[in-house]
Amino acid sequence: MARIDLRNLRHSYRANPQQESDWAIKRLDLSWAEGSANALLGPSGCGKTTLLNIVSGLLRPTEGTVFFGERDVTALSAAERNIAQVFQFPVVYDTMSVYDNLAFPLRNRGMSERDVDARVREIASLLDLDATLGDRAAGLTADGKQKISLGRGLVRSDVNVIMFDEPLTVIDPHLKWRLRSKLKELHRRLGTTMIYVTHDQTEALTFADQVVVINDGVVVQAGSPVDLFERPQHTFVGHFIGSPGMNLLPATVENGIVRFAGHVIATAAPQAAVPSGARLEIGVRPEFVSFADTGVPVEIVKVSDTGRNRIVETRHGQSTIRLLLDEDEVLPTESVCLRFDPSYTQLYADGWRVGTEPT
Amino acid sequence: MSGKTTNQKAWWLVLPVLLFVAFNAIIPLMTVVNYSVQETFGNNRFFFEGVKWFEEILNSSRFHEALQRQLMFTATILAIEIPLGVLIALSMPRKGPWVSVCLVLMAMPLLIPWNVVGAMWNILALPDIGLLGHTLNAMGFDYNYTRQPNSAWFTLVAMDVWHWTSLVVLLAYAGLSAIPDAYYQAAKIDGASQWAIFRYIQLPKMKRVLMIAVLLRFMDSFMIYTEAVVLTGGGPGNATTLLSIDLVKIALGQFDLGPGAAMSLIYFLIILLLSWVFYTVMTKDEEQ
Repeated sequence: MARIDLRNLRHSYRANPQQESDWAIKRLDLSWAEGSANALLGPSGCGKTTLLNIVSGLLRPTEGTVFFGERDVTALSAAERNIAQVFQFPVVYDTMSVYDNLAFPLRNRGMSERDVDARVREIASLLDLDATLGDRAAGLTADGKQKISLGRGLVRSDVNVIMFDEPLTVIDPHLKWRLRSKLKELHRRLGTTMIYVTHDQTEALTFADQVVVINDGVVVQAGSPVDLFERPQHTFVGHFIGSPGMNLLPATVENGIVRFAGHVIATAAPQAAVPSGARLEIGVRPEFVSFADTGVPVEIVKVSDTGRNRIVETRHGQSTIRLLLDEDEVLPTESVCLRFDPSYTQLYADGWRVGTEPT
Repeated sequence: MSGKTTNQKAWWLVLPVLLFVAFNAIIPLMTVVNYSVQETFGNNRFFFEGVKWFEEILNSSRFHEALQRQLMFTATILAIEIPLGVLIALSMPRKGPWVSVCLVLMAMPLLIPWNVVGAMWNILALPDIGLLGHTLNAMGFDYNYTRQPNSAWFTLVAMDVWHWTSLVVLLAYAGLSAIPDAYYQAAKIDGASQWAIFRYIQLPKMKRVLMIAVLLRFMDSFMIYTEAVVLTGGGPGNATTLLSIDLVKIALGQFDLGPGAAMSLIYFLIILLLSWVFYTVMTKDEEQ
């Protein structure tokens, strides 16, 4: 087990990357603490899987270094790095039994059959696979197969990191939570560093202590689920995480006063930090918007009921502002105004949150 | 009653297909069955003979020898073409511009008419002027496929391997291309050797297409006629007289309709039986 550091990482699938868009990973410095549960979150095609394959050693980065602890492993193969990876689609060796599947990585490394047997049985009981050990792996359900994939990683003692590449994609919805809580449980029991790649925010936020949001080959934010929710570093994070996403409204700043369509808005942004000439936006999550007697006057356009609460869509001029209303709250009927909670109202300059340095 | 109307008129719609199948399969087959139990005389006179021709064929050493040669030929080419085809498919590039070049090159022999293949190899193997025959003799081998049974067999097998290994390659390649990258990646992480990757990933994933390859090559090689006739004509002597060549000699050469028909049916049943055996054996563990 080890801390994982990525330094000055860049990767391109082209032999001769010329322009910025040729890079799948544009520039990246990241570290994952030993024994942490992490998620890599981002839309499809943002470079998540590329990054994962660089960590596992299936891809060699065009530039930059990968450290496991103090050791530079950039040049090492996947087998030498002693990592485990669970793929999007279950990978099992069809002709082998569950037992032989789990024993495969150990036998490949020349371990004695007695040690193999002990280890396989230990891991099988950890994953609740005891009963199916003698069955053919091909006959198992998708979640059973994913457990085998995971088990093939776990049988090797002291794996440096276990990586999951959207492992729940092919799992039935009612089994997803079971497998997910199994992963959580394993993390608690084994304390292995885990990296979980997904485009599903619920999966990421429930699994991880630290979430790294990637967009277009760049890390837009790395932080705890609470950070991502309350203080999105970039409008992309605000929009991508949360349902519905963050409201983004065009803003102007004069003498340190933030205005939206002429209305003064109090924000969490430090006054001095507003750069000049940038495109400014106010960002506030629907959770932190409420009806009030004074504030931004709006008209209500649409109300949709999600079951837990209602999403109210309102309009001021060209801008749409959404807010959440509890089931028991009464929808105002007359002319209404909106109030934004100042501690959770952010100011963004060219997409990045004012008051922080872009990463 | 469920309230459904019973309308038997729909059967008329099946009639065209029924007629078509009758004319191209049932009637010819039944004609053969009919011939196989009759003795023919001039003026189209027929006498019922029962299973006499079947007994005669099954007891004739001529048939036994042809069948043995046939089994030998099929076993030889299967033993060469299947492993060779898999090997070539494994070494073909999986990505890049060379893929289509390789595929086209591989498909080429399959596009050549069978009698042309026979003629090509006939000329190629001529001991005095043929490229292959002349080279072999120049290298010190005593090679003459029109006189020596061994040379004739070698040429026949070489021709079939040249003509048909491509089919196995293309099928095996299709099977290989269908394996997702994740399998290879998982194998890398598991520290699998090249052999283990072949044994536990590639071979199981190719199994179905290989079954098709074996069945196709078995049936086609068991019925080989054109190429062999053009190349050796069944000779020297009867050394390369395979079942189909013998059948044509009996049915058309000697015009023995009864024995010819009986032999056709036996031939047909052998192919059917062996195909069933192959299929059953190769799909056995999928039913578990």
